[in-house]
Amino acid sequence: MRNQAEATFSEVPRGNRSYWVISVKRLLRKKIGVACLSIILIMYGAGVLSPLVTPYDYNDQNLAEAKQGPSLTHPFGTDRLGRDILTRIIYGLRTTVIITVITLITGSLVLGVSLGLVAGYFGNLYDTIIMRVGEVTSAFPEIFLVLIFIATIKPPITEWVRGLEGTLGIDIVKLGVADYLVLSLALAIFSWFGMARLVRGQVLQARENQYVEAARAIGVSSPGVLFRHVLPNVMGPIIVLVSAGLAGVAGSEVFLSFLGIGVQPPTPSLGLMIFENASISVLRTNPHLLLFPVGTLTLLLFTFNLLGDAVNDAFNPRAR
Amino acid sequence: MGPYIVRRLVWLPVILLIVSFITFALGRFGPGDPVEVLMGQHSNPEVVERIREQRGLNDNIFVQYGRYIWNVTHGDFGESFKYRGRTVGELLKKKMWVSAQLNIAALIVSVGLGVPVGLFAAMKQGTGWDTVAVSITLVGQSVPIFLTAPGLLLIFALKLDVLPTHGWEGFFSPNLVLPAVAMGVPGVAIIARLTRASTMDVVSQDYVRTARAKGLPESIVRNRHILRNSLIPVVTTLGFSLASLAFTSFIVERFFGIPGVGNLLIESVFARDFPVINAIVLIGTTLFVMANLLVDLLYPVMDPRIRLGASQIA
Repeated sequence: MRNQAEATFSEVPRGNRSYWVISVKRLLRKKIGVACLSIILIMYGAGVLSPLVTPYDYNDQNLAEAKQGPSLTHPFGTDRLGRDILTRIIYGLRTTVIITVITLITGSLVLGVSLGLVAGYFGNLYDTIIMRVGEVTSAFPEIFLVLIFIATIKPPITEWVRGLEGTLGIDIVKLGVADYLVLSLALAIFSWFGMARLVRGQVLQARENQYVEAARAIGVSSPGVLFRHVLPNVMGPIIVLVSAGLAGVAGSEVFLSFLGIGVQPPTPSLGLMIFENASISVLRTNPHLLLFPVGTLTLLLFTFNLLGDAVNDAFNPRAR
Repeated sequence: MGPYIVRRLVWLPVILLIVSFITFALGRFGPGDPVEVLMGQHSNPEVVERIREQRGLNDNIFVQYGRYIWNVTHGDFGESFKYRGRTVGELLKKKMWVSAQLNIAALIVSVGLGVPVGLFAAMKQGTGWDTVAVSITLVGQSVPIFLTAPGLLLIFALKLDVLPTHGWEGFFSPNLVLPAVAMGVPGVAIIARLTRASTMDVVSQDYVRTARAKGLPESIVRNRHILRNSLIPVVTTLGFSLASLAFTSFIVERFFGIPGVGNLLIESVFARDFPVINAIVLIGTTLFVMANLLVDLLYPVMDPRIRLGASQIA
């Protein structure tokens, strides 16, 4: 009896026609999808490996070579302190990588998915509380709250990291850890609701399925039902939403750094580089100071958007 | 309809109270004691204590908050830390008016260009014109303001030298053209795409066919049957696009040297001028919530079929 059940069960995935295989194949069949994936992989790879792939340090100053145009030694030119702009852009991408990854994992995946699962599966009081809190936070433009939140909590957190540095004996403030922490935390706190609402809706549907009833009937625990039976069935929309959120998070980081409350100098960020050079006099005399960071940002946001569309087409069952 | 409006109107002050309390509490417990900031570094502890007592900073937080709200509803946002002796209201009033004019101009650009382009694309559906319009809007939507602003500056101000580069000389001046266009571009794209999609949807409806079948002139069919219905989704997005416009205006003000709220906000963040930051956050939030409410109330006016009732709230 048991062997039979296992045998029929193992039949199912053998045909290589599982949801995941189909979806990934669909994504890779699209030229745009592959192109976007490669561009993002290159940018993220460069960001992650920034100390290895850059010939200079982001803070290497050489005043004799200040404000040079693009050349062989400095492909994107140098800024007003003679720092290599390509190097600073790659380090700026590292900032983007760190912020997007931390924010999406903590905000969307951990907070959003778990709150959505709880609200959808347990319902009643949990549902009411989570959804009402979410509705209130999404009733006003979140970036305002992020702004004032960061302005307030940043100094104490920076102090705390300094203290940590004292006990650990490692130089971490210089790496901008506090900035990354505060920025991701603030963005995560105000960005979980979209994901929670989506997961809740999906769970409400999935909950009515017979396999969930069956799993409960044979005594599977609530976390077991949620993570083994419900979650795998809502992963598709989750991935779509995460990929659609990439551009928003990256854009928020740039915007906040531009306003002066994101990443602080000397840590490079695309937003900071744009802010420092956002003036007519720079455009008139040294346009490359502004145009290379802006171009990189545009390419990044553009590929994020296209990738979001491609992932939606590939992973959304209704698009088939 | 009636109960719905009442519920929304009750909900409005609740949301505003929550936001104002969060901003107030964060500002109060945040870094930089207001009195010490006001006094500078060489402050006498006794004087500080006296001022604290005078200003009621030793009271319970809720008492302080109540007083703050009372003052705010009477137009008093307190005194700026950075600009000694000047009230926040006085600082903000002029700059808000400048920013408001910039936003209105951008909105005019978005709607004024977006709706015609969308209608045009829908009418020419399937032809080359449609493809061109759709691809332009796709690009326009993804180009960040960080590229549009310097790009327009480079082309029209520096290379062609036909428009001024920066500064502010009121609503009816050529200075406003570039910033308004830079801010309006994403809106043009979004509104054009929406108008196109909804027009194509409306055109294929039965009542349009009926209107044509009973021999109404094409102009009446277009204006009364198609246009009016296809603009409903556009009105919805206006509420949301107002909020995103506000943020792009911060960036545009910096690029074009416009003395608006955006530059004041950047200054205040650097100077940790919390009364000013609080006021901007509070006013911005209020405007956003009100705009959304207004849009919701406009629905039934535009489409009498929509009856706002209990079932729609959930």
